[in-house]
Amino acid sequence: MAIVELPEGVAITRLDKLVSWCRKNSLWPMPFATACCGIELMATGASRHDIARFGAEVFRFSPRQCDLMIVAGRVAMKMLPVLQRIWQQMHEPKWCISMGACASTGGVFDTYSVVQGIDRFIPVDVYTPGCPPRPEQLIRSILDLQEKIQREGTVAGREFDAPSRQRPKRALQP
Amino acid sequence: MPLTAAMPTADLAHDEPRPYLWTMNFGPQHPATHTTIRLVLKLDGERVVDAMPDIGYLHSGFEKLGEHLDYNQYVTVTDRMNYVSPMANNVAWHLAVEKLLGIEVPPRCRYLRVIVCELSRITDHLLCLGAMGLDTGAFTHFIYAFNPREWICDVFEALCGARFTNSYTRVGGLMYDATPKAVAMIRDFLGRIPKPLADMDRLLGRNRIFRDRTEGVGVLTREEAIRRSCSGPVARASGVTRDLRRDDPYLGYEDFDFDVCCATAGDCFARYMVRMAEMRESIKIIRQAVENLPAGPVNVGDDARVILPKKEAVFRTIEGLITHFELVMGNRGFEVPCEEVYCATEAPNGELGFYVVGDGTSRAYRARCRPPSFIHLALFPHLIRGHMLSDVVAVLGSLNVIAAELDR
Amino acid sequence: MTEPETIAALKRRFPDLTVSEFRGQTRVVAPPESIHDVLTELKEHLGFDLLIDVTCVDYLNYRGAKDRFGLVYVLTGTETNRRIIVRTFVNDPEPTVPTAVDLWEGANWLEREVWDLFGIRFAGHPDLRRIVLPEPFAAHPLRKDYPLQGRGERHNFPVITRAES
Repeated sequence: MAIVELPEGVAITRLDKLVSWCRKNSLWPMPFATACCGIELMATGASRHDIARFGAEVFRFSPRQCDLMIVAGRVAMKMLPVLQRIWQQMHEPKWCISMGACASTGGVFDTYSVVQGIDRFIPVDVYTPGCPPRPEQLIRSILDLQEKIQREGTVAGREFDAPSRQRPKRALQP
Repeated sequence: MPLTAAMPTADLAHDEPRPYLWTMNFGPQHPATHTTIRLVLKLDGERVVDAMPDIGYLHSGFEKLGEHLDYNQYVTVTDRMNYVSPMANNVAWHLAVEKLLGIEVPPRCRYLRVIVCELSRITDHLLCLGAMGLDTGAFTHFIYAFNPREWICDVFEALCGARFTNSYTRVGGLMYDATPKAVAMIRDFLGRIPKPLADMDRLLGRNRIFRDRTEGVGVLTREEAIRRSCSGPVARASGVTRDLRRDDPYLGYEDFDFDVCCATAGDCFARYMVRMAEMRESIKIIRQAVENLPAGPVNVGDDARVILPKKEAVFRTIEGLITHFELVMGNRGFEVPCEEVYCATEAPNGELGFYVVGDGTSRAYRARCRPPSFIHLALFPHLIRGHMLSDVVAVLGSLNVIAAELDR
Repeated sequence: MTEPETIAALKRRFPDLTVSEFRGQTRVVAPPESIHDVLTELKEHLGFDLLIDVTCVDYLNYRGAKDRFGLVYVLTGTETNRRIIVRTFVNDPEPTVPTAVDLWEGANWLEREVWDLFGIRFAGHPDLRRIVLPEPFAAHPLRKDYPLQGRGERHNFPVITRAES
C-alpha cells in the first residue's frame, strides 16, 4: 500500500461529509412563530444571544428559501393545515425543530382546539423542551441538529429515505 | 370534520360592480403580522379598498381551560395570554380573584406588583416599538429595543426564577418576596434604561422615512375610538384621556405621581409617541415604588386561608401539611362566594379585565378575559381603508396586536 | 349624576329591572325584550358611552340558576369613570337577543365571539359568522356540556409523510 504525500493545504474527505458540513453551518430558518416561543425565538435572533454565531441567522419568511422550520408555539387546529402547507412548500433537504412544550405535545393546552404535538402530523427532527425554552436551549437544539446533519447527512439525501423517518413519530393511525 | 386550509371569503371575493379590484391574502404566516393573523385585502392597484381580518389561528381555549384549573393554577395560563407582558396578566387575573374573594393584599405586595406591572409595560412597549421599526424597515431599531428587554428579563429572573413566563403572583400575595439583590437590580436597571430610550428616540422619532410612513396613516378620531371601545395607548393617542391607573386606581396607584400620556393626532406616529412617553412615566413610577418600598409581609395572613404554606413547613410540620392539603383539595380549598365580578387593570395594551364567576368551589365557573388586542384588531379595516398596501404593516404594528390574547 | 340617581332614573323608565350590588359593582338585570332599550337609555342619557365587554356565562348546573345563558354587558362612562354591568338571561332553544352594534360599533366582534363560543344569536347583527373557530366546526365549545378535550376535532387531519412532502 503506497503512502501518498499530500501537498500542503489539501485535505481528503468524503463528499457527503463536505456537503453536510456546508449544510449544517448555513441553516436558513423559517420561523413558524405562533405564540410565546416566537418571542424567545426573536430574542435568540436579537442582540444578546445572536444566533448568527452558529450560522443560522438568515431568517427567511418564504418557505421556498429555507431549510429549517422552527415551529415555535402551539398550533391550533385552524393553523395546522397552514403548517402542513408550508412544510410541503419547503425544498429538500429540510429539517424541523419543534420548539417548546406546546409544539411538541400540546403543553398545558390540552383543549379542544390545540393540536397535541405537531409530530403527529409532520416529521420532526429535534424537540426543544421548555415552556418557553430559553434562547440558550434553542441554540443547543440547533447545535444538536448540526451534529445530526453532520453524522448522517448525504449528498443525495438518502438519510431521509430511512423507514424510521417516513412516518411522523406519533401518528395516530398505524 | 376535515378542515380546509383556506376559508371562503365570499363577500370579498365576488364584488360584481367593481371587477377590477383584486383580492390579496396576507398571512396567517407572515412576518409583519408578528404572529398569526390572516388579512384578506381588497386592492385597487396599490390602494386598500377593504380589509377583512380572519382570526382564530391561535385559538387555544383559554377560557375553557380556566373553568378546569383552580385559581392559582390558572395564572400559568394567563402568562401565555399576552406573552409580551406576562406579569401584567398575572396581576390582572389575581386582582380579579382577590376582588371576588374580598381579599386586600399587604402594602409591600401592592408595591411589588406595581413594579412588575410597570416593568412589563416597558417590555411590551419596547417590543411593540422595536417590531414597528422592523416592519417599517429599521432593523437596527429592533436590535436597540431588544437589548433593554433582556435587562428586564434578568430582573424578572432575579425576582421569580423565570425570565419570560413568570407566574409571579398568587392569590393573596406573591410567589416570592423580592430579595435585596433583586431590588438592587431594579435600581441598576433604572439607572441604565434612559440611555437606550434616548437612543431609540433619536433613531426613529426624527427619522424622515419613519415619520413619512406613519404620520397621517391610520387616523382614528376621538369619537370613533369611543364608539369602537378602544382603550389604552390606542385610545390615548386619539385624545381619550382615560387611564385606569388614574381614573379607577387599583393597587394603590393613587400614591404615585405620574402623567397620563395622550396625543390628539390619532395616527400611527401618535401611537408611537404615546408608547414612548409611557415608558418614561413607567420609569418614574418604578423609581417612586422602589424608593418607598414598604417593609412587612408580602402575603396576606393565615386567617384568609388562601396562601399555601412554605415548603419547609409542609415537609416538616403536620400543621403545614394539613394546611397545604386542605388548600389544594378540590372541595376544601378557598371559600368563594357564588357571585361574579369584573375587575380591570390598565395593561400595556389597554384595558385588560377579567370577568370571574365563582360557584363555591376552588375553580372559576367562568373566567372571561376582556382582551384589548381583540378590540383593537376590529379597528383595523376602519383604519386601513384608503391607504396604501405598504401602510398595512405600519398600522398593524402600531396597534400592537398579540395573537394569543386576540384569539385566546 | 351620582350612582343612586342613575339607578333611580333607570328604574323610573324600566320598573321591572332587578338591581344588585357586590363589591362596589352595580349590576342590573333586564329582560331580553327590553335589553336594547336599557342599553340605549344608559348610553344616550345616563353617560355610559363606552362599551367595555360583551360576554356570556352558561349557567348549566350552576347552583340556584333558573336560566341557561346569562349575557353580560360591561359599560363605563368616559367622563364619570363609573361602571355598570347589565345582564340578561336567555334560554334554549334558539337563544336570541337584539344586537348592540347599532349603539356601539365595538360590539361587532364581541357579539360574533359570543355566537361562536356559546351559540347565542344576535338579531340584527350585520355579519354574524364564526370568528375564532373554523366555519365547519359543529359545536359551541364554551357551553358547559362540551368537553374540554373536544370531540376529536383536533386530531382530524391528514398525516404528512416524508415521501409526500
